[in-house]
Amino acid sequence: MATEPVTGADIVIKALVDQGVEVIFGYPGGAVLPLYDALFKQNQIKHILVRHEQAAVHSAEGYARSTGKVGVVLVTSGPGATNAVTGLTDALMDSVPVVCLTGQVPTHLIGNDAFQEADTTGITRPVTKHNYLVKSINDLSRVIHEAFHVSRSGRPGPVVVDLPKDIQQAKYDYVNYANQRHRSYNPQLKPDRALIERAVELMAKAERPLFYIGGGVVNSGTAASQLLTEFVRLTGFPCTQTLMGLGAFPASDPLSLGMVGMHGMFESNHAMHDCDLMINIGARFDDRVTGRLAAFSPGSTKIHVDIDPSSINKNVHVDLAIVGDVGHVVEDLLRVWKARQVKPNGKALAAWWDQINKWRARECLRYRPSNDVIKPQYALQRLYDAIKGRDYYITTEVGQHQMWAAQFIKFEKPYHWLTSGGLGTMGYGLPAAIGVQIAHPEALVIDVAGEASIMMNIQEMSTAAQYRTPVKVFILNNRWMGMVRQWQELLHGGRYSESYSDALPDFVKLADAFGWTGLRATKPAEMDDIIKTMIETPGPVIVDVAVDERENCFPMIPSGAAHNEMLLGPDDQKASPVSEEGMVLV
Amino acid sequence: MTKAQSLRHLDIAKKGEGVTQQIERHTISVMVDNEAGVLARVIGLFSGRGYNIESLTVAEVDAQHHFSRITVVTSGTPMIIEQIKNQLRRLVPVHRVTDLTVEGPSLERELILVKVKGTGEKRVESLRIADIFRARVVDSTIESFVFEMTGSTEKLTAFVNLMQPLGLVEVSRTGVVAISRGPEAI
Repeated sequence: MATEPVTGADIVIKALVDQGVEVIFGYPGGAVLPLYDALFKQNQIKHILVRHEQAAVHSAEGYARSTGKVGVVLVTSGPGATNAVTGLTDALMDSVPVVCLTGQVPTHLIGNDAFQEADTTGITRPVTKHNYLVKSINDLSRVIHEAFHVSRSGRPGPVVVDLPKDIQQAKYDYVNYANQRHRSYNPQLKPDRALIERAVELMAKAERPLFYIGGGVVNSGTAASQLLTEFVRLTGFPCTQTLMGLGAFPASDPLSLGMVGMHGMFESNHAMHDCDLMINIGARFDDRVTGRLAAFSPGSTKIHVDIDPSSINKNVHVDLAIVGDVGHVVEDLLRVWKARQVKPNGKALAAWWDQINKWRARECLRYRPSNDVIKPQYALQRLYDAIKGRDYYITTEVGQHQMWAAQFIKFEKPYHWLTSGGLGTMGYGLPAAIGVQIAHPEALVIDVAGEASIMMNIQEMSTAAQYRTPVKVFILNNRWMGMVRQWQELLHGGRYSESYSDALPDFVKLADAFGWTGLRATKPAEMDDIIKTMIETPGPVIVDVAVDERENCFPMIPSGAAHNEMLLGPDDQKASPVSEEGMVLV
Repeated sequence: MTKAQSLRHLDIAKKGEGVTQQIERHTISVMVDNEAGVLARVIGLFSGRGYNIESLTVAEVDAQHHFSRITVVTSGTPMIIEQIKNQLRRLVPVHRVTDLTVEGPSLERELILVKVKGTGEKRVESLRIADIFRARVVDSTIESFVFEMTGSTEKLTAFVNLMQPLGLVEVSRTGVVAISRGPEAI
């Protein structure tokens, strides 16, 4: 299906269109001028001009993680590519499909320290799923299509394609390689049938079972979430979610125990510790979840379902490993479960639920309410009450506010919760929210932020203004890098080294300067009106919520502690000081 | 080499989170596309994740299909070795990862070039030992030899140690290449 020869830049655009790309997040520069010229001459792909390349990647992540499609980034060589590195690492850690096109100096100048030259494939090799340097125009069509295939299939991740300027200008035939099979890369999607049978056998006789589900369920798609929900309900087993897995199972379902891990729910963590069968679906035994490995769920048999074999037996040794896509695995589990008409051990399960309900009764998210000062938890409770029932998307920055958002805002379906889990990138939330809003123009998109994190990509207010994306930035402003301060309080004798947010801007005036609407709340009684105004204001809005400066995030598993050593609140602290081993951990 | 011999227990690992595991030495064959940057991907994987490389060799073995074969000798606990293999398999240009240490009997060979400088009795002795080891003289001057030898890593090291007092001045070794015994290809 060869056609008239076209320029490399046009080949890229044609390939993007054939891949169904509708939006690119990018920033121009010398080495990508031919690509920008090609973009100028077409009207199938919309380009969103960001204000920093890191934000381009986070916006693409927001777009990808709220739609299930691949996010696309276009940046120039040298600083354009190096600025994108944090975003790429973030996408790698959280398995987000992103294709990042980078400009490069012409092939004959590579290696000469040319202007705006950087070894982009060298720099991005450890932070991408795969990367390419296109040195011949003959390879271009194939490489672009392959990049999309690699990015979205298997365990998704970021892929960089480095495009020297002379390749963008050279002429060649475009060929659509969209359905080409890769000669070495073929991730296993369908699980081994015998392992499924074995898993069902283990589940049938379990007395204290627990589903532990993660971001892999979200990545597998909405159908996988629905199948999993059906399966969990069929078993009647409790189900806990990781930070990345929130929304993969409906939070309102009585079987949901909420989030697990360092700031997860008391009942989830105790259930993890005491269960006799752990069914991990699409989670990776991250250190934020496991706590001290030696004390992690000591008595349980562990089943691990993951599409990436390297996730299995990496941190925690498991008894039954099932490699495959969550959707396929759960479909098979359901079929076998139904065919065998499995009846779980009802008596044991009832006793297990009795125990779980005792943990639940501790109401671990309780905090001391106040009429004078806004508690951050209260602000989020009021926010959640106001948005419940709407089509809302929540992004976050990183820190205390992120954990509170994960605790207090509930999600019924996947794709609606976007947070930087693996890398913990401050500055993620605003550009991600813009990416979500571009994909879902009518939805209510809120970035729950801290006053320190928001400063890291504050320039993106300009992007939101340009494209009139009505994102809402909800700042829990405690004038501290709250999580840093909390750790300094717990681990470093209250010596608050450099964690105070001094010289903060007036966020209301800042909103004005960028053409946004700015609102401020300082008293609990103002919260509901402010939130109502925020939601009803048509354009982008920043809400500066002055919250209690001293509030800490609980419940908490201190570093180096076990799941059953959770701190429920500030009064719990003295009971179990952090061990020296725990001090070393982050 | 039998499996028992090749699983040399080099050390007892420190008590990592509850499990005591022995450090094992494994020889792993990796078939990759012979393309730019593929070796950097493999080496970067080892350095980035803190795995050991005791030896690493690479060369194209199938020019028609552009396959290169990387042989890497590494060490770690069984859990780490499993991780290394899975991480290698995750690289896009990797076709096949074979652990020759566990998948049936295999052969390992290394090539060495040894330069020895000296005269008189020492020179004669070096030649005599080279003969015992079946090393070949590939370069000679009145006051020096270059010996070429292939064999297991241990044999080569033994030879180098013997040459030490006899005027050893320079050593160059290829690192280990390995292949499974028997008619089956990996």
